Amino acid sequence: MSKRPDNAPMVQAKQVHKSFGRLEVLKGIDLSVDAGEVLCLIGPSGSGKSTFLRCINHLEKIDGGELSVDGELVGYRQSGNRLYELRDREVCGKRSEIGMVFQRLNLFPHMSALDNVMSGPVWVKKESSSVARERALRLLDRVGLADKVKSYPNQLSGGQQQRVAIARALSMQPKLMLFDEPTSALDPELVGDVLDVMRALAEDGMTMIVVTHEMGFAREVGDTVVFMDGGVVVESGEPKVVLTAPRHERTRAFLSKVL
Amino acid sequence: MTDPPASPADRVGEHDEDPATPRTVPVRHPGRWVAGGVILVLVAMLVNTLLFSHVERGGVREGRFQWPVVGNYLFDAPVIRGIGVTLELTVIAMVVGIALGVLLAVMRLSPNRLLSGSAWVYIWFFRGTPVLVQLTFWYVGIAYLYPQLTLGVPFGPAFYTVNANVLVTSFVAGALGLSLNEGAYMAEIVRAGIISVDEGQTEAAQSLGMSKIQTLRRIVLPQAMRIIIPPTGNETISMLKTTSLVIVIAGADLWAATQNISAANYQIVPLMVVASLWYLFFTSVLTVGQYYVERYYARGSSRALPPTPLQRLRQELFHIRVQPVPALPEAPWVAPHE
Ligand SMILES: Nc1ncnc2c1ncn2[C@@H]1O[C@H](COP(=O)(O)OP(=O)(O)OP(=O)(O)O)[C@@H](O)[C@H]1O
Ligand SMILES: [Mg+2]
Repeated sequence: MSKRPDNAPMVQAKQVHKSFGRLEVLKGIDLSVDAGEVLCLIGPSGSGKSTFLRCINHLEKIDGGELSVDGELVGYRQSGNRLYELRDREVCGKRSEIGMVFQRLNLFPHMSALDNVMSGPVWVKKESSSVARERALRLLDRVGLADKVKSYPNQLSGGQQQRVAIARALSMQPKLMLFDEPTSALDPELVGDVLDVMRALAEDGMTMIVVTHEMGFAREVGDTVVFMDGGVVVESGEPKVVLTAPRHERTRAFLSKVL
Repeated sequence: MTDPPASPADRVGEHDEDPATPRTVPVRHPGRWVAGGVILVLVAMLVNTLLFSHVERGGVREGRFQWPVVGNYLFDAPVIRGIGVTLELTVIAMVVGIALGVLLAVMRLSPNRLLSGSAWVYIWFFRGTPVLVQLTFWYVGIAYLYPQLTLGVPFGPAFYTVNANVLVTSFVAGALGLSLNEGAYMAEIVRAGIISVDEGQTEAAQSLGMSKIQTLRRIVLPQAMRIIIPPTGNETISMLKTTSLVIVIAGADLWAATQNISAANYQIVPLMVVASLWYLFFTSVLTVGQYYVERYYARGSSRALPPTPLQRLRQELFHIRVQPVPALPEAPWVAPHE
């Protein structure tokens, strides 16, 4: 379904810059994620991990560099020598192909789990509700919540809410999933279930970028670990290497704090 | 009304014969008895003056409040017609006011300076001038300034021209004035509601690919309702009574109807009572309605809704344990089934 050449990366960032007013948060990020790859993004608080993820689905607009998803620039359409800024409707279309799960639990509180998972397909893709319902039920079953279909978010535990959020993102059949510390807001005993769902998703071949402090998960599931600090990529490579034998002093200092 | 704390009271009497346990003496509240007595006397005076006292007017001894006169006019045809106008004005002003309020609130929150600026100016103007003046303006001011109202291309040809006095009747002026004024107040209420919804909700909706309009309509506004409903209920109740101002522009509402009658028969106070009884009746209905609407929009924010007053009454009368209602039945108004 994509026009992407077979070996082109799913996400490619070249010298991505982003500032909030005077504060330069991303100072030239270079990285690429292949289709089917799981990239884990680690780094200290404030290093710009969330900001980078938000740039990928255009919740933030980048100030410099080049960022493309599936071979197409984020937020722009190239035609000849010109870059045309995308209209709101086109941006929405692009976003609907990228799933995102946030750190803060943000299911829609006025809708049941099922309706949360159906909302995207029915309202954005205008699917018939019977088709959307069937898929939503299947997805809720897949994240282990077949019995919570009718529950409202405030009747679910944090871990259950986060799994519904994953199902909601998957309901749009995304080609890329972004996770922004999906387990940081959860009680320790609820983290496992969410990570299990993510692990299964990775095994199914989903392309994923995961901002996480769960080093065990990064080591087991990640194909690549990227360490960011101060708005730049300090070090990246295989999890084994980066997490056990980091080359940079800053990576070492960070890991010694979190491990 | 407040029950004394359960445990010491239970012990009163119960252990009387047990010398080891000291007797508990509950605190006395002599002040409450005095206050209760005073109130009782005042209520008795009120009932007496309302129902049983008489007064001499023009040599005739008659009931002070002339309840039979009130009864005669309570369902009088002009009064009923006036009620119709009052209700119509209230509904129109609130419906248009709410729609306008949503529009203005969204404009004020827009990053576009021109939009937010014009909304600000609108609110500033319509909240800053008395509604009585606004009503008068729409009724007489418009026709004075623009005797001929024209529909056409700005600075270009006109397609349609009408006499302002024909178009802007007393009712139209009243509905217009009340609606435009209400819009300014509703804008602030809606804005407060929208701001109260967590930004994460907007982000989640946008990350699914929802447009700004969809996000507002499906995600933000339904959640903002919890904040918007209570003050909107107050606005509606207030509007019901504010409609009485249309009497200054030859309106035909409830208050004007009763005033017309008393101007003819000089039964001033009884007709005031007629109007007041009707206003009280409708505000009471609105108060009950508001309670249930609030309850409805509280879904998703509390796990179980408290029992309704009716349920509580039944509970107290028959000592029936009413099951707390599960907070969240099907939500047909937001569910993505349509
Ligand atoms: N909308 C914004 N306006 C202004 N500054 C912002 C905004 N969003 C983020 N920042 C700033 O950008 C910097 C990077 O933030 P970001 O959320 O990307 O960090 P992070 O690596 O995700 O940190 P954490 O691990 O704490 O989530 C921070 O200093 C933050 O204060
Ligand atoms: Mg973050």
